[in-house]
Amino acid sequence: MDKDRIDRIIDKHHCEASSLIQVLLEIQSENHWLPKEALERVADKLQVPLTRVQHIATFYKAFSLVPKGRHEIHICVGTACHVRGATRVLDTVQDLTGIRPGETDLDLKFSLQTVNCLGCCALGPVMEVDGKTHGKMAPSKTAEILKNYE
Amino acid sequence: MAQINTPAELEEFRKGILSKRDPDKPCVTLCSGSACNASGSTDVAAALFEEIEKQGLGAAVDIRRTGCHGFCERGPIIVIHPEEICYFNIEPKDVSEIISETIKGHKVVEHLLYTDPATNEKIVHESEIPFYKYQERIVFGSNSKIDPKSIDDYLAIGGYSALAKALTGMSAEQVLQEVKKANLRGRGGGGFPAGTKWEGSRNAGGEIKYVIVNADEGDPGAYMDRSVLEGNPHSVLEGLTIGAYAVGAHEGYIYVRQEYPLAVENVNMAIRKAEEYGFLGKNILGSGFDFIVKVHQGAGAFVCGESTALMTALEGRAGEPRPKYVRSNVVGLWGRPSVLNNVETWANVPLIINNGADWFTKLGTESSKGTKIFSLVGKITNTGLVEVPMGTPLRDIIFKIGGGIPGGKKFKAVQTGGPSGGCIPEELLDLPVGFDELTRAGSMMGSGGMIVMDEDTCMPDVARYFLDFLTDESCGKCVPCREGMRQMLKILTDITQGRGKEGDIELLEQLAETAQEAALCALGKSSPNPFLSTLKYFRDEYEAHVKEKRCPALSCKELINYYIDPSKCNACTTCARKCPAEAIIGGKNLIHMIDQEKCTKCGTCFEACPPKFRAVTKISGVPVPPPIPEEARTIVRESKQK
Repeated sequence: MDKDRIDRIIDKHHCEASSLIQVLLEIQSENHWLPKEALERVADKLQVPLTRVQHIATFYKAFSLVPKGRHEIHICVGTACHVRGATRVLDTVQDLTGIRPGETDLDLKFSLQTVNCLGCCALGPVMEVDGKTHGKMAPSKTAEILKNYE
Repeated sequence: MAQINTPAELEEFRKGILSKRDPDKPCVTLCSGSACNASGSTDVAAALFEEIEKQGLGAAVDIRRTGCHGFCERGPIIVIHPEEICYFNIEPKDVSEIISETIKGHKVVEHLLYTDPATNEKIVHESEIPFYKYQERIVFGSNSKIDPKSIDDYLAIGGYSALAKALTGMSAEQVLQEVKKANLRGRGGGGFPAGTKWEGSRNAGGEIKYVIVNADEGDPGAYMDRSVLEGNPHSVLEGLTIGAYAVGAHEGYIYVRQEYPLAVENVNMAIRKAEEYGFLGKNILGSGFDFIVKVHQGAGAFVCGESTALMTALEGRAGEPRPKYVRSNVVGLWGRPSVLNNVETWANVPLIINNGADWFTKLGTESSKGTKIFSLVGKITNTGLVEVPMGTPLRDIIFKIGGGIPGGKKFKAVQTGGPSGGCIPEELLDLPVGFDELTRAGSMMGSGGMIVMDEDTCMPDVARYFLDFLTDESCGKCVPCREGMRQMLKILTDITQGRGKEGDIELLEQLAETAQEAALCALGKSSPNPFLSTLKYFRDEYEAHVKEKRCPALSCKELINYYIDPSKCNACTTCARKCPAEAIIGGKNLIHMIDQEKCTKCGTCFEACPPKFRAVTKISGVPVPPPIPEEARTIVRESKQK
């Protein structure tokens, strides 16, 4: 991520220290992860210690300090999905991709993440791949869906 | 758009909008909340616009993409006004039929109607469907009437009239007293009276005060706040502005989860429009009152729903709570008096101002007034958002509105209050819902999540699930929460995986007591609730796990085995073909067996086995029966014998 793009985001928030989380969120959303240089630049421009930037970047779940795969798999493990068998779906996806929640595979193909409720409980168990929702999931359906992603 | 400067101008403008709207003109409303979008509403909308154009009806029909209607189970939903014809589970291919039959031909499309499962009759109108019939949708009902992106829609249903009334017809003190008299209690969790909270801030010294909307809805399985914010953002803004006036605040924040992109988009748009119309900004409606609102996106931390943690996050720091020797309505955001209420609480405020506290207190129980929106999910026939008067029995919500448990299964418990709440068993189903009633039963109202569980749900596993969630979300500041919960989770995991030992339950009880007494914030103090309430009502399940290594609900993976009953297996190969682990041995006319070594217990065979055979079963607490002799495995079909 180049410096100009980071600066543009920081300037939008008028370099205010209280906007730290909002600035990081925007960088995360554009770049999908937070490289070290970006954190340093933010600390520098907002005049907050780098330790605090690190604190924020590790405290909140929305941030990633490592690159993400080309496709992001979110498995909903909210209560409604849980009682409908989300764990079994998650187990199968872990077997298929070889990664656990929070991890990215070596080919940078998939990143796997559990989420705590996507708010479409009528469709549970729910799996989301790159923002597309797949409802009423069953372990036997997962392979079919993941096959479509290269 | 010129600014609206007085209440008279607002009424004039409203008349102008209404005069341009013909109540008899057909209007197709399509539910476009996040849940319906996930089930294909966006594609339906595209088909709808295309079809209207194709059939040359562009000027004769209005299309309105509304927020969530609540009946998510049957989404996407189309309602055609003025007749209020309701169609469910709409797919793009149904659209042309709807337009040509209903809009042009004034006929009802039978196969898209709701079928009452009890009587098998088709129901045309929304108000006659059991799911809607028993509700009282004072807050949530407007969602289905307006396009959340259109401020004119909100004005057309009387929007901002409460703001005009409060700002120009009432003193700040009068507004405060009205809300106090209404006994509006916080809809986000604690149930603290909003009026009292406001009064504390109003009486606190200092020039600068804040009002904040808590839209950090973190309870898994609860999404009513999102739906209100997405579907009717102006109602929240109007309530917030009225609250700001009562408290004397000139700046407001909306703290909304970053996971709710549509809510963020709609509320940002609503703020822009409200500023443009003069409902936010300087000298609102000529009253001399100034107020601005900013949106702050959360970055994913459950603990930020807690008041002091949320305010710390608003300041741009890590959202950790602080002890509340002084309440945040006196010393809150940046050390100033700050009123924090949840989305639904704010959305109730305009209704109270417009209709009066006496109207509001007619609904509800002695100590809980008004209505509450519940998110009815889990093992329930009609998943969706349900608004009922406080005091409605749980049984009515689950069976009359929710339609009971699907698949002929038996109800076991309902979990209310999110991770800090508890499970309520069948014998307490006649409990009226209310803040104090639920607390007495060992659960709580929380933000209104209501997760229904059937006989297949394992209660120790539910407790483990919530503790897992809370351990992950603990901010780590205090020891009872950070360390205590980790140990509780470890013991519960052992119990559900068959490594439980004598004394574990008692040890859990001790840890629970410590957390309740000594944790810093509500997250930690209430963290043992899911365990304690399931233990209170389902102790036998815990004991079966510990003593017999048996899961009575046949749910805990480590304690069950899948087994094919040879007397029932018809060797149809359905399960064998679907098994992802290739663990099923057998072929055509050869009774199947599961290789327990290879089996990953994914349950695919259990679901795949045709219901007429039901040969695949789950067993727990007993060893898997030995395989039948090889010579007995061949099935000789009668038809082949002849």
